Amino acid sequence: MEQTTVNRRPLLLSTTSSLFLVLWLIVAAFPFLWTVWGSFKVEADFFSRENWQLAITGLNTIGQTGSAFTGDGYQGAWIERDFWKAAWNTVIVTVSVTAISLVLGTLGGYALARSARRYTLWILITALVFRAMPHITLVSGYMLPFFEWNVWGALPTAIIVLVAINQPFALWMLHSFFLSIPKDLDESAMVDGCTRFQAFRQVVIPVMWPGVITTGLFSFLLAYNDFAVTAMLLNQDNQTMVPKIASFLGTVQTEGAVMYAVAAVVSATVPLFMLVMFFQRQIVSGLTAGAVKG
Amino acid sequence: MTHKTFFAFIFPSLLAMILFIALPIGSIVVQSLHVEHPRVLVEVENCGPFGCERETRVDTAATQALQEAQPMGQFNGLGTYFDRRHLATEEVSRIFSDNEGVADIARQMYNLPFYKALSFTLVYTFIVTPLGMALGFSIALAVNSIPRFLKGPIIFFSLLPMIVTPLVGSLILFWMINTQGVIGSNLQLLFDDPDLSLRASPLLTWVTLIVYGVWSMAPFSFVVFYAGLQTVPSDTLESAKIDGASRWERIRYVVIPHLIPLATFVALVQLMDNFRVFEPIVGFSAEANATSLSWNIFNDLRGQVDQQYSSAAATSVLTVFGVVVLLMPVLVRLWRDFNRKA
Repeated sequence: MEQTTVNRRPLLLSTTSSLFLVLWLIVAAFPFLWTVWGSFKVEADFFSRENWQLAITGLNTIGQTGSAFTGDGYQGAWIERDFWKAAWNTVIVTVSVTAISLVLGTLGGYALARSARRYTLWILITALVFRAMPHITLVSGYMLPFFEWNVWGALPTAIIVLVAINQPFALWMLHSFFLSIPKDLDESAMVDGCTRFQAFRQVVIPVMWPGVITTGLFSFLLAYNDFAVTAMLLNQDNQTMVPKIASFLGTVQTEGAVMYAVAAVVSATVPLFMLVMFFQRQIVSGLTAGAVKG
Repeated sequence: MTHKTFFAFIFPSLLAMILFIALPIGSIVVQSLHVEHPRVLVEVENCGPFGCERETRVDTAATQALQEAQPMGQFNGLGTYFDRRHLATEEVSRIFSDNEGVADIARQMYNLPFYKALSFTLVYTFIVTPLGMALGFSIALAVNSIPRFLKGPIIFFSLLPMIVTPLVGSLILFWMINTQGVIGSNLQLLFDDPDLSLRASPLLTWVTLIVYGVWSMAPFSFVVFYAGLQTVPSDTLESAKIDGASRWERIRYVVIPHLIPLATFVALVQLMDNFRVFEPIVGFSAEANATSLSWNIFNDLRGQVDQQYSSAAATSVLTVFGVVVLLMPVLVRLWRDFNRKA
């Protein structure tokens, strides 16, 4: 809504509203900026017993390392504690989960959008109930069978479980995106001699890219942010970043090691920053798609 | 679309959901009816220079054999559900027959692990959801009235609390509110109390977790409501203005009714997400003062020595039951809508 002279807001209201917004921005962004800044300090500065301002001035950091900024936390986490390995595992898990989720989800979502039978509703309702299940309740159902079959701890196990957990959401979202594509498109392709699958693959998918990308982003986020599944189903060697950070917490009693956790936390946040920066529009449209259409 | 093509298309997705969502739900139901085998004890006579002693020992081989023969454990019926760690029927009836008023009942119930977790989960769900939505709505109203070029950056920063990994987000806040962190030490200065710690009392811990919840949930409501505000019909707004409606009345009688369907959707999604609250408790190491149903399951499964699958499974079944109760209004509505159409 454009501001016009007729529509101008009273001064008091616009001041309150701007102040409120500034306050919210500080609440939303300051914790991240503070932690990024602090990750380049030593523990005595960032977790100071005497004075919190040490985190800004960095007196102890200068004293201990000779400069106001230090990469010790990053070095300790990435090299000494093998965080690079966890980062690599995260890459494998997130890329596989996103790719497999999209293949299964587009096929299923397309079928749900193009069939008007009663069972589609049942599938969608069941998917909604599944979507609401706390992930950890499902994990407790997997544990024993996975131990029995000796597949516990491996990356493919976690990947396939995350794909399944992600399916209900992917189905709902892709279903609503497919509904927005006119039926005539694939029907005319089929009149021209395509099979159903060819019409899907060569005619519908090319115009579906925005929906596929948006759903892919959210599948990526689910896999990237998951803690319940990866913490319980992966062994020490295969840990992804989030459970790795949690494992830092248990062992960080030694001096300076808590900074490893801080550095790891910042490292894990950077990709998400990038994601929001490049895909802000898709994320916003994805969040609203479910709401506006559903 | 024929049945055959429909099922050909949806089969992989359906298979994944059946194998890894439906079957595990069945598996926790079965598991919750079983209980771990007791250790097989044998009595051995130990004869030394000072005479003979009878000693009870665990027969590891026999225990293992039993374990392998029946990996689920032995059948226990609903026993696990009613024990002290879950519904605690005996304890509850005792508390109700012997107590010193309502406050005492609450205090005693809070000592039972299941009710402790349930109370926090419910309080968290039903406080964070409305507060997060209210905050999100206010931000949406504020953002809607600022110049266009500012909107992009503001939306960017507003998305961060929601997008960031829940464990990471709670750790970031936890380090700041720590007594050695920037917020914690400033609060100490503010209240002039060098021992003030947000982790000290259950109440403060709950408040901290709820503040975290609102912080991380508000952006979602903000984005959805902001998108909804773009679709408010300007004609209606204008005619309301001509009829003399004040700014507040226009929000109350035009904007809010227009956003009600969206609000239902947001409330549904947030109830589902808040009910599974789990990571913040790990991140804030708050388990002494606040636990949730999800955390209880995690704690049972995490045990290094003996993982308590049956206990975890029973809590899981109770949690699933809670989710279904929570979703019931929505399911009934979907069902009615569909029947009306049919």
